[in-house]
Amino acid sequence: MSAGQPLLETRGLCKHFGGVKALHNVDFSLAKGELRCLIGSNGAGKSTFFKAVTGQYVPTHGEVLLNGAPIGGIETSAIAKRGVGIKTQVPNVFDGLSVRENVWVAVRGTKDRRERDEIVQKTLERMGIAHIAGETVGQLAHGQRQFVELSMVIAEGPELILLDEPAAGLSAEETARLAKIIHELNQSHALIVVEHDMQFIRMIGKQVTVFHQGEILIEDTTEAILSNERVRDVYLGKTAA
Amino acid sequence: MRLTRSSVELTAVALIGLFALFVFPRNVEFYTIISSTIYISLAILALSLALIWGYGGILCFGQAAFFGLGGYAYAVGAWNFDATIYAALLAVVIPTVFAAALGYFMFYGRLNDVYLGVITLTVTLILFKLVNSTGGDAYAIGKARLGGFNGMPGTPFLENPLNGKVLSPEALYGVAVVCLFTCYFLCKAVLASRFGRIVVAIRENETRAELLGYDARPYKLAFFCIGAGIAGISGMIFANSVFVAPTMFDMASTARILIWVIVGGLATLVGPVIGCIALLMITTSLGRSGWIDPNVALGAILIVFVLLVPRGLLPLLNDGLNRALAWLKQERAP
Amino acid sequence: MDYVIVLILQILFSVSSLALVCAGLAVIFGMMRVINLAHGEFIMLGGFTTVFATQAGIPIVVSMLVVAPAIVAVIGFVIERLVVRHLYGRMIDTMLATWGLSLLLIGAATMLFGNSVAGISAPFGSFTVGQYRVSVYEMFIVAVTLVLLIGCYLLLRFTRLGLIARGTMQNSEMAASLGISPSKVYSVTFTAGAALSGLAGALLAPLSGVVPTMGKAYVAKAFITVISGGEAILTGLVSASGLLGSVGTLTTFATTPVVGDAALLFAAIILLRFLPNGITGRFFRRSI
Repeated sequence: MSAGQPLLETRGLCKHFGGVKALHNVDFSLAKGELRCLIGSNGAGKSTFFKAVTGQYVPTHGEVLLNGAPIGGIETSAIAKRGVGIKTQVPNVFDGLSVRENVWVAVRGTKDRRERDEIVQKTLERMGIAHIAGETVGQLAHGQRQFVELSMVIAEGPELILLDEPAAGLSAEETARLAKIIHELNQSHALIVVEHDMQFIRMIGKQVTVFHQGEILIEDTTEAILSNERVRDVYLGKTAA
Repeated sequence: MRLTRSSVELTAVALIGLFALFVFPRNVEFYTIISSTIYISLAILALSLALIWGYGGILCFGQAAFFGLGGYAYAVGAWNFDATIYAALLAVVIPTVFAAALGYFMFYGRLNDVYLGVITLTVTLILFKLVNSTGGDAYAIGKARLGGFNGMPGTPFLENPLNGKVLSPEALYGVAVVCLFTCYFLCKAVLASRFGRIVVAIRENETRAELLGYDARPYKLAFFCIGAGIAGISGMIFANSVFVAPTMFDMASTARILIWVIVGGLATLVGPVIGCIALLMITTSLGRSGWIDPNVALGAILIVFVLLVPRGLLPLLNDGLNRALAWLKQERAP
Repeated sequence: MDYVIVLILQILFSVSSLALVCAGLAVIFGMMRVINLAHGEFIMLGGFTTVFATQAGIPIVVSMLVVAPAIVAVIGFVIERLVVRHLYGRMIDTMLATWGLSLLLIGAATMLFGNSVAGISAPFGSFTVGQYRVSVYEMFIVAVTLVLLIGCYLLLRFTRLGLIARGTMQNSEMAASLGISPSKVYSVTFTAGAALSGLAGALLAPLSGVVPTMGKAYVAKAFITVISGGEAILTGLVSASGLLGSVGTLTTFATTPVVGDAALLFAAIILLRFLPNGITGRFFRRSI
């Protein structure tokens, strides 16, 4: 494995639904340890991109490479096993289980019970939800469920974390806490955050990729993106309208 | 040991098991012991569905298929082998293998619940027809004549593997009790294991489990096979306490297993066992009295429970108990 | 040559009777996404109605084609009101409740009519092809099924009711947007499904005899055929009955009817492994 090899890479990635080109020739690359935000208006292709990378959609053409190995079109579970932690847009949790059980199930890579329990406890504390460890997840508020899901993703010990609109439906206080957590996570993990809340992008963003009509429109730093005329036209203009 | 809910349950079940093994048979008539053995064999069947449906979320409408296969595997084995203990083993192996083959097609095709229910039910019904049509000398496996509609009466009973003597009805009752409680504790152990927890998590949210890197298919398949193996044990004991006949695969036979589980309570193990024994007592006495067809009673019970008590009796009882406890605590508090 | 003609006629009859037995079930499955486990008992009720109506002096063809479907439709309507409606959206519970109905109806029929076979003889006699005898009545069933399928097609394709039904099949919210309440769709669907099952029972009564448990003989094949067809009612019904019916009949010719059923089931399981949403889940997706 060469040092310069990207962690995640797509080459000519396409996803067509009938005649609709939801993704078209997307060349994307993420370095190890990088934090990247994906933005774009509704239907720009960012969610399709997310699903093609996580194995929920089989790409029509093109390659998805994780550490140089092709993962396009293989089972979601197999992709997750290779060190990709995935948080979907709607909170996807085990509603009937307790917070602790949710995170417990997520821990992989160790057979030792005590070690598992330790990882669970550490993760819960880190995410600030240790005090509700015994509660049934189905009865928690939306924001808390988001943090439970994030805890599960972290407890997996992934190399790459993919978050699809993690700030959706969070209170201002929770959003700030989430931004802080994302920064902390970036110390040790690479992250891709799909988001359309520009305030939140400002809080976390370094490099931003803008999707438009199934293609990558531009890639740059947050500041540059925010002051870019075209981005404003295709994206910010639309959300303001 | 800490006084938790589950340790209380385990202790209670163990005590009931000891009672059923040592106290009960000394204080009842011979006839009661024989019918108790039948009830217990069916209670094991209820337990098998309670496990895979209640905890694995696998909607199996055809648990009777594994029950019947277990019974027939035992009967065929018992006619052919020198020692019936091998026939008993066969009664576990055959349903498990059959479940593995059937489950492969269902789980790896990622069929939804409705399809799963229909396929398992259809398989059971076709097995009924197949076995039903095996009358005559042409249909024999080794020395075992399958007997078609009449089943296989006169099948050799289980022997004590140590001295080769045929078990007495009392001893067979003991074997049945031990099997029931062993299966119960086995289920508990499976559910407490990492494998069991992941299966429960998959039932809760398959997408999330897959996103966490668990391929749901082999987990469900393995769980399904465990259920089939337990149903096979049930069929083996049934074969020893009654005899095997195509009615084991009957539509009514597979329906009543579901009814036991629904009445007792999904997502519990004890509930379906109690539901099974209680309903068997009711239908037996109804059948004897003859004023109402047992099918009418079972059908009505199923409809009423689905409409009004979808969670079953045990969770209802549990809730009531919790509420009473909470109320008592409040009363006591100043 | 004669043998081939007879074989073809036999396959035609098997496929038609399979489609006939499945029709009511397919309607309910296509619209409600559930399997009606009381299907066999609707067939049984259709059979009993025909026997009683004919014994009461109504011409056999009228009791088959009019009385039986009407009576069973009324029963279906009442059952939908009393039970199925309250489980809207709960698919598994709906199936379990219809299973309860199945047991209840078998038990009730046993109490009312006893367990002996009630029969009527098949009308129309037979004709010969070379040295083989072919029953006219079997060809009558083929014709009725054909008329029924064509009628269903016209109904679905060209009427407002059909439009609503097609909308519901594709997307149940669409019916709501056409201003039709889902409970009305449920009611009409279940009633229509019951009527079709009653018709099937009526037509099969002379061939099989009528007992409270007669449904059992048909349901296994019907269940597996309908889910193999998938959610498009007509296309699914025709394609799955055609495919599985042929497999079943050809195997039956080579072996026994029971093995034929087993072969049908086996073929269906293999098919569903690769087409988990049935034939119309993959092919003919926009069909009805």
